[in-house]
Amino acid sequence: MTLFRARVTFHSEGMTITATPVARAVDMDGVVKRYGAVTAVDGVNLTIRPGEVVALLGPNGAGKTTTIDMLLGLSRPDSGRVSVYGRAPQDAVALGLVSAVMQTGGLLKDYTVEETVRLTAVLFGRGRADVDAALDRAGLTEIGKRLVGKCSGGEQQRLRFAMALLPDPELLILDEPTTGMDVSGRHDFWQAIRQDASGGRTVIFATHYLDEADAYADRIVFVRRGRVVADGTAAEVKALAAGRTLRATLPGATREQLLALPGVETAEVRGDQIHVQAKDTDPVARHLLTETAARDLEITSRNLEEAFLTLTSEEASS
Amino acid sequence: MTVVQERSLPALGGFSPRLLALELRRMARNRRTVIFTLILPAVFFLLFGTSGDLRTQRAGEGNVTGYILVSMAVYGAMLAATSGGAMVSLERAAGWSRQLRLTPLKPIAYIATKLSLAMVIGAISVTVAMVVGAFAGAELPLHAWIECGLLAWVCSLVFGAFGLFMGYLLPSENVMQILGPALAVLSFAGGLFAPVDTFGHTFATIAKFTPVYGVGEIARYPLVHDGNLWIAALNVIAWTAVFAGGAIWRFRRDTARV
Repeated sequence: MTLFRARVTFHSEGMTITATPVARAVDMDGVVKRYGAVTAVDGVNLTIRPGEVVALLGPNGAGKTTTIDMLLGLSRPDSGRVSVYGRAPQDAVALGLVSAVMQTGGLLKDYTVEETVRLTAVLFGRGRADVDAALDRAGLTEIGKRLVGKCSGGEQQRLRFAMALLPDPELLILDEPTTGMDVSGRHDFWQAIRQDASGGRTVIFATHYLDEADAYADRIVFVRRGRVVADGTAAEVKALAAGRTLRATLPGATREQLLALPGVETAEVRGDQIHVQAKDTDPVARHLLTETAARDLEITSRNLEEAFLTLTSEEASS
Repeated sequence: MTVVQERSLPALGGFSPRLLALELRRMARNRRTVIFTLILPAVFFLLFGTSGDLRTQRAGEGNVTGYILVSMAVYGAMLAATSGGAMVSLERAAGWSRQLRLTPLKPIAYIATKLSLAMVIGAISVTVAMVVGAFAGAELPLHAWIECGLLAWVCSLVFGAFGLFMGYLLPSENVMQILGPALAVLSFAGGLFAPVDTFGHTFATIAKFTPVYGVGEIARYPLVHDGNLWIAALNVIAWTAVFAGGAIWRFRRDTARV
């Protein structure tokens, strides 16, 4: 897909842009963000192409929200560079190239649903038709006259979604969008997002729900302690999860020796215990039992949950 | 997806009459704001300014009832301007300010919207008080009706700045619950509820340094042609500088906290 980068010209109504090609929706280069002594984002490099649906997956405090804040220009990196559709994030936001559904807050109780969307439309210089379209796509047409303070959590989240859709953004960012929703609320919300993304919009969503990342993303970016620890397609992540863990007692083993064995992906030595992960552990087991003094050998399969935990746990930091 | 899309930034940083209209509608929905800014000053006037002898006593070119009416109009404009400015407190607490940063609305256009809103409600408040006054025995010469009303309204901009400053300073959802009583105390101290010459010497001197004093003196001047306009003007200018400076200081901190 060809995407276009905007050139800015001025006229009496303010500013208008015309289009020239751009290849990257998001470009983060060596991005670091610190809050006092805490390094929330620690050297993230990330390129996202137009049209990708990317899950930012990681435990709480991994740096997902900080990363998103920087993509939205709500926060500036201490070092490194962030650009969105070839522009500084604030500019991309002001032009409506990127919009977001934030986790909580951001709504006023005294407005009705329809007024909230209309206010957003006024700010983006959009008309009545866009308001109706956004309400419709977020499934809010019937409760347009309801006060925001009287809406359920799911309805408020759909309202944030409607506001985010209003500028017809190239990139839509969702920060833990289904937190606090019940099962059917989550289903309806993702239904709407999926339908929307099929039109070719770039979507980045942060989540700590594995099943969401698996079901809705083309690409999963694992983050842990401010770093990208894995990045691949959902299929690659599944392949990762399809592997097995082999545990055995083998005094004197070194990590290097274990990594040299056929098919071994990760290896760890804890005292006399060895832990080896591989897609196919049979050749490793055969080798260990015939060529070494290994004993108490145990093989267990991993599921996605464990793959996630392995990638995001403290032990995996080495 | 369309590959060629025209995108534009709004004129005036997003400040627009349509935005103002939506904000006014929201403010009108808040019963507390309506009661405190539109009804309370008129009620105070009827309670304290309309007894028989006040209507017959003269004050400058009008009667004492008219004098009290102008003071209450100032009080109403002040409450309205403060609550308009203080809206930022609630909006920050609700995360709305953050949400607005995901739109093309410029921070300065946001502030301009809040101040305009404060002034629109202030104008309504002054008008309501004046209309009630006209039917309740206030006597003012025609030029004083207009001039006193306009001055009460324009000078209340000081309190728009005050409301903004407090709105950024106090991280509370109901900042007016603190500011309402504070304004009542300042109104007493500044001679709005009782003339400064009825105070003792010390309190009368202190009164000249409080923020409500200048606005009251200026607004009543077309009626009484009395008092030192220079001191009153200096008072208004100094407090505007203090409140606007404070608001700018907090506003900068707020937008820099990225």
